[in-house]
Amino acid sequence: MKKVEAVIRHYKLEEVKNALTQAGIQGMTVSEVRGFGRQRGHKETYRGAEYTVDFLPKVKLEVVVADDEVANAIQTISNVARTGQIGDGKIFVTNLADVVRIRTGETGPGAI
Amino acid sequence: MKLWCRSALATASLWCFCSSSVLAEEPAVGSAAVAAVPFNGADIAWSLTASALVLMMTAPGLSLFYGGLVRKKNILGVMMQCVFLMGIMSLVWAMWGYSLVFSGDAGGLGLIGDFGYAGLQGVTPTWVNNAQVIPRFGPAGHEIPRSIHMVFQMMFFIITPALICGAFAERMKFTSMVLFSVLWGTLIYCPVAHWVWADKGWCSEFNGDATYRAFDFAGGTVVHITSGFSALVCAILLGKRLGFGQEPMPPHNLTYTCIGAALLWVGWFGFNAGSALASTELTANAFVATHMSAAAGTVTWAGIEWLKRGKASILGACSGAVAGLVGITPASGSCTPLAGIAIGFLAGILCFYFCTTVKNKFGYDDSLDAFGVHGVGGTLGALLTGVFASKAVTNDAGKFGLLEGNAHQLVAQAVGAVAAIGLAIVGTVILLKIVDAIVGLRVNQAGELQGLDIDQHGEEGYIFH
Repeated sequence: MKKVEAVIRHYKLEEVKNALTQAGIQGMTVSEVRGFGRQRGHKETYRGAEYTVDFLPKVKLEVVVADDEVANAIQTISNVARTGQIGDGKIFVTNLADVVRIRTGETGPGAI
Repeated sequence: MKLWCRSALATASLWCFCSSSVLAEEPAVGSAAVAAVPFNGADIAWSLTASALVLMMTAPGLSLFYGGLVRKKNILGVMMQCVFLMGIMSLVWAMWGYSLVFSGDAGGLGLIGDFGYAGLQGVTPTWVNNAQVIPRFGPAGHEIPRSIHMVFQMMFFIITPALICGAFAERMKFTSMVLFSVLWGTLIYCPVAHWVWADKGWCSEFNGDATYRAFDFAGGTVVHITSGFSALVCAILLGKRLGFGQEPMPPHNLTYTCIGAALLWVGWFGFNAGSALASTELTANAFVATHMSAAAGTVTWAGIEWLKRGKASILGACSGAVAGLVGITPASGSCTPLAGIAIGFLAGILCFYFCTTVKNKFGYDDSLDAFGVHGVGGTLGALLTGVFASKAVTNDAGKFGLLEGNAHQLVAQAVGAVAAIGLAIVGTVILLKIVDAIVGLRVNQAGELQGLDIDQHGEEGYIFH
C-alpha cells in the first residue's frame, strides 16, 4: 500500500477529485496548507508597510491506494493538476505499513 | 451642538413638546406660568437619531475598523476596549463629565466648568409646583430638552478615548486602559471641550468676550486633536509591540475594516450634521460638506497609491475616507461642500504622508495610525476651517475665514489647536506616569505573545470547527 500526497492549486481540487473518482480511486482527505517550493511569494502593502508573503496557500490531497494502483493515481493527478506554470505543486509517495477500518476492524488492502 | 450654549439652564419651561391634550388637562394653574414654547419635533427627532449614529461609530464602526487591522489574537481586545468604553464613559459623563464641560465656569478663566449638572441635576425633567419642568437647551425656536444635548455629547465622550486605543493596540493592559480613559476623559477631554464649546470657554466661538474664538463645529479640536496627540504620546511611552519591524503584522481581516469604515462614514453624518442639534439649513450644509470631504479623501488616498505603486488598496480607500471625515469635522458648520472637497483632498495627502512616510522614518509604533489620521487630520481641519469659513454658511457677517479676508480667524484656529495639543501631550504624559505607577501599562511578554483575547479576557475571537 502507498500513501499519495499531492499538494496542488486550489482551483484544481474539484477536477482532480472527479478524475480520481473516475479512475476508480475511492476516498480522499483534503487539507488547507501553506508552503513554498520554487514558486516565489508576492508582496503585500498595508499603509506603506511592505510584507513579502512566502508561504502560499495550497491544497493537500491524500489518497491511499494498493500498490498496483499507484501509477494510475499519480498519472491522473499530474495530468489534471498540471498547468505548466511554476506553482503546480508536488506529489509525494510513501510506503504505508497498515490501514485499519475502525468500524469493522479490517486491516490491510481490504480496508482501503 | 455647541452652537447654542447660551440658553439659560432649566428656565421654567413648563411642559414638553407634546403640549396639547394630555398636559393641557392639568395646567400649572396659579403659578406664574411662562408660556413655554413647544419643542420642535423635527429638532428632537434628528438630534436623537444623530446621537444613535454617533454611538454606532464606536461600535460596531470603530471596533470593526480597528478590529480588522490587528492580528487575530487581539481582535477581542480591541472590540472590548470600544464596547467597555461605551459603558464606562457614559457613566462618567452623566456623573460629572457633562457638568465639567457645560455647567458654569469654575474660576472664571474659561478653563473648566463646575458641578452644577453633576449627576444629571438640572438636566432631566423635574416636578415643581405641580408641574413638569424640562430643562432646555438651544436658541429660541430650536430648543430641545437638555437631556438630548447631554446624551449627544456623551457619544463624543465615548468615541474620543476609543480613538486613542488605535495607538496602543495589541499591548496595553485592559485595567490600565480603563483607568487611563476615565482620567483622560475627565482631565483632558472635559477641559478642552469647555474651552472650545462652553459659553465661557476661553477660545469658544460662543464666548463674545474671547480674543480667539475658534470654530470647531463638531470636534476637530475637541475630539481629533486631543485623541490624536494623546495617541502619539501613548505609542511612544508604551513602546513598540514585540517584534515590531521584524515580523509581519498585517491586518488580519480587511473585510471587517472596510465594514467599519463604511459604518464610520454613515455615523459621521450624525457626528457632524447632528452637531447643529436642530433640523436647519446648517444641518443640511454640514451633511453635504461631510460627505464631499469623505469622497475626496477616499479618491485621494487610494489615488496616491494607484499612482505610486500601480494598485489602489481597500485599506487606502478606507483610510482616505476617514481622513476626509476627520478633516471636515471642525469645518462642516462654516464651510461649503466645495471647500469640503478641498479639505478632504488635502487631508488625504497629508495623512497618507504621515501614516506611510513619517511614521516609518521616526519608527514610533502608532499601531493603527490614530495619530497619523486623527492628530494630523484634526489639526489640518482646524486650520483649514480658518481658511475656508464662509459667511454664506455661517449666516453671520462676523464669522468668516481667511479667503473672505479674515486672517484673524486662522490665528484663532491655530491658537485653539496649539492649546489643545499642549494639554493633550503634557496631560497624557502625566496620566500615563500615574497609571503606570498604580497598575502598570503593558501586558507581560507572555501575554502579548499569546494575544490580548486570551490573556486579558479569557476568550477567543475565532473558534471554528
